[in-house]
Amino acid sequence: MSADSLERLASAGKGDSTRTLLRVIILLLVAGAAISSRLFSVIRFESIIHEFDPWFNFRATKYLVANGFYKFWDWFDDRTWHPLGRVTGGTLYPGLMVTSGVIYHALRALSIPVDIRNVCVLLAPAFSGLTAYATYLLTNEMTPSSSAGLLAAIFMGIAPGYISRSVAGSYDNEAIAIFLLVFTFYLWIKALKLGSMLWGALCALFYGYMVASWGGYAFITCLLPLHAFVLICMGRYSTRLYVAYTTWYALGTLASMQIPFVGFLPVKTSEHMPALGIFGFLQLLAFLDYVRSAIPSRQFQTFLWVFAGSIFGIGLIGLVVATSAGFIAPWSGRFYSLWDTGYAKIHIPIIASVSEHQPTAWPAFFFDLNMLVWLLPAGVYLCYQKLADEHVFVIVYALFGSYFAGVMVRLMLTLTPVVCVAAAIALSTILHTYLKAKSPTLEELLPEESTDGTSKKASKSGLRASNKPYIGIYATFSKVTIVGLMTAYLLLFVAHCTWVTSNAYSSPSVVLASRMPDGSQHIIDDYREAYQWLRQNTKYDAKIMSWWDYGYQIGGMADRPTLVDNNTWNNTHIATVGKAMASREEVSYPIMRQHEVDYVLIVFGGLLGYSGDDINKFLWMVRIAEGIWPDEVKEREFFTPRGEYRVDAGATDTMKNSLMYKMSYYNYNNLFPPRQAQDRVRGVRLPDEGPVLNTIEEAFTSENWIIRIYKVKDLDNLGRDHASASAFERGQKKKKVIKKKGPRVLRVD
Amino acid sequence: MGGKRKNAAAARGVSPTPSATSTTPSATVTTKVQPKDSAPPIATTTNAFATSTQIEPTTTTTTTSTTTKVSGTTSKSSSSNTAAAGGQAWNKVFSNLLRHYQDTTPQRTKLLDAFMAFLVVVGGVQFLYCVLAGNYPFNAFLSGFSATVGQFVLTASLRIQTTEANKSDFPSVSPERAFADYLVCSLILHFFCVNFIN
Repeated sequence: MSADSLERLASAGKGDSTRTLLRVIILLLVAGAAISSRLFSVIRFESIIHEFDPWFNFRATKYLVANGFYKFWDWFDDRTWHPLGRVTGGTLYPGLMVTSGVIYHALRALSIPVDIRNVCVLLAPAFSGLTAYATYLLTNEMTPSSSAGLLAAIFMGIAPGYISRSVAGSYDNEAIAIFLLVFTFYLWIKALKLGSMLWGALCALFYGYMVASWGGYAFITCLLPLHAFVLICMGRYSTRLYVAYTTWYALGTLASMQIPFVGFLPVKTSEHMPALGIFGFLQLLAFLDYVRSAIPSRQFQTFLWVFAGSIFGIGLIGLVVATSAGFIAPWSGRFYSLWDTGYAKIHIPIIASVSEHQPTAWPAFFFDLNMLVWLLPAGVYLCYQKLADEHVFVIVYALFGSYFAGVMVRLMLTLTPVVCVAAAIALSTILHTYLKAKSPTLEELLPEESTDGTSKKASKSGLRASNKPYIGIYATFSKVTIVGLMTAYLLLFVAHCTWVTSNAYSSPSVVLASRMPDGSQHIIDDYREAYQWLRQNTKYDAKIMSWWDYGYQIGGMADRPTLVDNNTWNNTHIATVGKAMASREEVSYPIMRQHEVDYVLIVFGGLLGYSGDDINKFLWMVRIAEGIWPDEVKEREFFTPRGEYRVDAGATDTMKNSLMYKMSYYNYNNLFPPRQAQDRVRGVRLPDEGPVLNTIEEAFTSENWIIRIYKVKDLDNLGRDHASASAFERGQKKKKVIKKKGPRVLRVD
Repeated sequence: MGGKRKNAAAARGVSPTPSATSTTPSATVTTKVQPKDSAPPIATTTNAFATSTQIEPTTTTTTTSTTTKVSGTTSKSSSSNTAAAGGQAWNKVFSNLLRHYQDTTPQRTKLLDAFMAFLVVVGGVQFLYCVLAGNYPFNAFLSGFSATVGQFVLTASLRIQTTEANKSDFPSVSPERAFADYLVCSLILHFFCVNFIN
């Protein structure tokens, strides 16, 4: 932005106040842009909670608002994970719910009657405004020019990488966590720069808030020690580092242990050990530093060798003993999958089955960050040029963040802030260089250079300020070209962000939109139709079995107990559901009876061409079930001998007999004229004979067949098995056929 | 806890007496003498510390110059007797360290050091208890232990921030500010500990 040069023109004495005013106005505009670009979904659809996880958060928030904080803290939820239940209060990150609860009560206290749903829907956009401000603060710590901060704020405000998780209605932990992440980093830099305990304590408090709101807090837990470690390795140990780091660690760890879900993890798991190790290391360094100042260097060397050697030995022995004795838990699976992207697929299908845990495809970087991608290296390079402590942070963060963003799609979110900061530094440097309003003559050059030098490279010792006279770019042509190009890029960026936001990230995925032939919008509302049906037509405690993706939605929208949900804390329970879906009816029925299942809900996209349906997810169910019962469920048997996954006439018998297949295609061919039944997702023609269901019966199918609900039959009154009972129900016809066949066989004999 | 409270009282005595700076010459003498005193009354120590901010540079320079002289001789001797005098060299190291400590550390900082030593002992006892008697109320152990560790770290930070030699590292932190920060952080720390102790 050309704010600085404009200001220079405008300021004739009243510079500072004008500047502040401009800055405030710009920041307000940025916040406005950030919020309004996230409202596409509300305008296109309605004020509704999106997707899967947000429905649980919404339900928990409603519980919190209705029952108060303490009940929420001790909440045992018997309407999920039937029959196990879930200690919800102890297994969630309460930060999000508590935040919106506080906002709700605050607004009520101001006598603004607001619905809790609207608070939840609009929480993410509101916090995105704060995130933009936090990014502004963070960038200002990196460079003295506030134009970089303002650029970073607007980048952060509209970068699709962040919008993807924070549109209105996407009421997820990330909604507030990214703000907390950026703000914690800002406080950390501040604490490190000033060496102040107070800033360190603030950093710890916000770290605690972050722990309370998102599992991604481990990112901070690893990044800050890494930064400290890199600084130490560069020989930049300072007392300020000691004060900032130890204060943060001592308070932050305690704060994080207050959350029941985290509990003792910070002292037990290996993810948190680097932080502890650096903490101990800093104590030693501080002690050595003191000793070095106290005694002459030769004596210090002998002291150092003996001391360091013994400490290292003791530490190593202690670590080995503690790990082998099991005091420190080994690395968890999700952590391994960060290093070896194939790990999860082999060992923990439940993690690999989540689409946001997949490795990132390359186009996704450009899609989510656009031109910021190529500005990032430039910004990092500029940080190398200055290389104060805070610039080391940006470099470390950029490396660390881009690695993890490449491993997991959802971690793109943690990369976005540093990309915005670095890109803003790069871009503002370019604009600064080319936007010098007047070309100084040679006489003016020297004094101006000196003032520039003092203001820009303010008193940082470690930089390589060039002693050569500063030569700017004065040719109008090059100025206009570069500035014009940059403006064009910025405009393109805005256009791209708006396009991505409106097209890719603003769909609630509960309500689908499609275009009619005449171009008007057609809303497909099958999910809510089905959940409403459940709510109105089933008993209050009717247990619904579905794949875990829909557990939260059933709990939130239909308010019925579920067997498994998106919490996925019990792999065996999920595998049980997977087995029931993947097995023959005779195997599935006892499982469903044992779990008191009343209804089975599946998602079927064959009619509409909705690709996120259960048949496409089916292989994950099979894999997860196979992980527990390798003898009864075999993935291989769902593939044809040629290794194809087919649903048409060529499907394997195991596939055709599986409950999921039967439920999906039951009665489906009656929709079509004979021989024309077609599955529009997989693009295949189905066999004429539809599957036959014996143990369950169709209860409800939504308008576009997306949701199908089946009722599990009770035991037969006459004690027959379901197959013969339903054969009888279907009438004499079949028996006659059998009778006809019988004599014929006899005659031949 | 007792040590901490005393320390707090001492530092509270410091801040509102800027007038004490006028009596610098006499105070220099007292600071030099006081380390030898076994039990100085608190009031005089606080007085000395209010002034110490201005006196310290001179005293430290003199002491370091003397120690370098001493060390020059010791290092020569230690290099001549190589291995046999290892233990002796260690003694020298420690005696140097001790002398440096006693000469350059103001009384107020010594108070902090005493408190830190106390915390180390308490932490050690807690850890020993955990190892010997088991960690059954793990919450209680953790909060107790992290209270001592946290308090130790905070005190160390306070000590670093108030030490004259580190003045250049903390341009924005005055000793009073450091103490206020210390109080706030300790409050937060103990709040968390009490909350966590069950």
